[in-house]
Amino acid sequence: MKHTFRRTVVAGAALLATASMLTACGSDSGDGDSGGSGGSASGDLQEIKLQLQWLPQAQFAGYYAALDQGYFEDEGLDVEIIPSGGDIVPQDALANGDVDYAIAWVPKVLGSIEQGANLTNVAQIFQRSGTLQVAWADSGIDSVADFEGKKIGSWGFGNEWEIFAAMADEGLDSSTVDIVTQDFNMNAFLQRDIDAAQAMTYNEYAQLLETEDPDTGELYTPDDFNVISYEDTSGAMLQDAIWADTERLADDEEYAETTVKFLKAVVRGWIFARDNVEDAANITVAAGSSWGPSHELWMANEVNKLIWPADAGIGVIDEGAWDQTVEGALAAVNEQGQHLITTEPPATAYDNTYIEEALADLGDDDTTGEGYEPIEVTLAKGGN
Amino acid sequence: MARGVRRVWTALLGLLGLVAVGAIWEGYKAIGPDDGVLIGETRVLPRTTDLAMPHLLDMVRRLGEPVTSAPGAEPLWRAVYDAASTSFGIAAVGWLVGVTVGLLLALLMQRIRLAEYGLLPWIVLSQTVPLIAFAPVVRRWGNQIEIGTWEWPPWLSVALIASYLAFFPVAVGALRGLQSPARIHTELMHTYSAGWWATLRSVRLPAAVPHLLPALRLAAAGAVVGTVVAEVSIVYPDGIGRQLITFAGQASGDPAKAWAPIFGAVALGLVAAVAVSLIGLLLRNYRRGEAL
Repeated sequence: MKHTFRRTVVAGAALLATASMLTACGSDSGDGDSGGSGGSASGDLQEIKLQLQWLPQAQFAGYYAALDQGYFEDEGLDVEIIPSGGDIVPQDALANGDVDYAIAWVPKVLGSIEQGANLTNVAQIFQRSGTLQVAWADSGIDSVADFEGKKIGSWGFGNEWEIFAAMADEGLDSSTVDIVTQDFNMNAFLQRDIDAAQAMTYNEYAQLLETEDPDTGELYTPDDFNVISYEDTSGAMLQDAIWADTERLADDEEYAETTVKFLKAVVRGWIFARDNVEDAANITVAAGSSWGPSHELWMANEVNKLIWPADAGIGVIDEGAWDQTVEGALAAVNEQGQHLITTEPPATAYDNTYIEEALADLGDDDTTGEGYEPIEVTLAKGGN
Repeated sequence: MARGVRRVWTALLGLLGLVAVGAIWEGYKAIGPDDGVLIGETRVLPRTTDLAMPHLLDMVRRLGEPVTSAPGAEPLWRAVYDAASTSFGIAAVGWLVGVTVGLLLALLMQRIRLAEYGLLPWIVLSQTVPLIAFAPVVRRWGNQIEIGTWEWPPWLSVALIASYLAFFPVAVGALRGLQSPARIHTELMHTYSAGWWATLRSVRLPAAVPHLLPALRLAAAGAVVGTVVAEVSIVYPDGIGRQLITFAGQASGDPAKAWAPIFGAVALGLVAAVAVSLIGLLLRNYRRGEAL
């Protein structure tokens, strides 16, 4: 009798637990979905998936602004923005057909193209490289030539090729430096485990400037660091670009047309982010960026600097910059003696026709940002 | 009475352990060299700077402050609590799926000898597939599943990966348990002309409990680890796994913040362990001679 009772209790408790967990999870996923795809109601919109290369943050302000401001809808598109940050490699997701467009750095995709991916750069959003190598002001490291024998930080995963391209240009062999893999924060550099750390102007450099100097109790300032910008070296490579599927562009007329519409909305999104930088930062925070407000605003502002002014119009691929990226990619050899690419990429690797059509359609909009002036951002401790 | 005293003692000892960990942390931080303890080039004890080892008090104080200074930002503990609860729910579903599958496999293998020979090597082999290779595949398949208006939600991919770690100890442990009754007992049931089902209910299942409970505990640990790793791997936005990564990225300017989701993950593991031990409490009549 007693046993039967206990068994009933066990069964009841298990059932209850299951039910409550299932309902809890169900409601959670409901909340999550409503932000992204929630498109079943918008019947005649075309569903498009855009794969980012990292978590939501102001680096992608233009895409989130286009979503928030309804620019995609204006073009008849229902766009779902998919973050990365785990094991998702954007160009692989695109090549596999999981998504319609992907944001990725040019050198990384050049490597994928050489290994058989069939992808085309349809818009070069960032016109300039945002990669820095940051050393302490007293380190004696002022240029790439000073790297020899030093501990040089890098994140790896294809983010390291500018370092090797710049070193190759200085005649430095990658075996002459000690490449140290960096974490997602700057602690290894701050603790002097790394002599010169890789940093993006819009993210990790800001992390340094929002850290307290334990000796003074004040935040570090730019005077504490020597900053080497790869944009000033011949190692500079093109970064955030929009990639499309080459075969679909050639065979699928609708996809080609969609690409122009998609680019129009994206360009309008980036114009919004330029002219309303504070709103753009708020939009990416609402989209799930976990940075504090001052860091997010810094990022939005710095990203704008990488885009504007865009002499030929935002997104247009500059042949000179492209050739330099390819040359750097061919010259770069990593610390394990591997090459990024060994032959020139095919002619289909970039195509300006879609972005040029999109810019022409936009007509009066200011797509060059000739008179662009960045704002001044004051970073707070911890980026908060 | 004696039992009550023992319980108080156990609780006190647990608390004492916690205090000891805290005391070691702060004690080492106070007397340890800034650069840590090095033997040759190898650092055997960590640095003691505020960057590497924030004060416990700072970590606790940070938990009470808002996540960011954005207007309307919730306190950090709340964000960590939400993320950890979400992960707990997913881990629980993964655990239930894993336990169910594991039990069914064990029953099948007990019932049909051939199934044991055929399946057991594969079950063992399944655990050698690394999670980071397996997770993206699950995510991709999940993305393609759509039944009518129902779409496979991302959290289910995470739960599935968690169940993949959870089913293994249950399948192996339950099989051992189901096979544990002495021959004399099963033969006795045979003389009663009891069928497989009756033997299972009155002999094999009760005998399996002492083997099953440790397996359930291992499954809970597996489900929690699987959930956290899978969340990172497939970029699930709401759980503790993702929070660990994002806050670690902010550790330079805000060192104490990075520890908050670590506390959350520890609490998650503790809650899972307590939940499983409650099951053990309910089944205590069967726990004679538990194989710990």
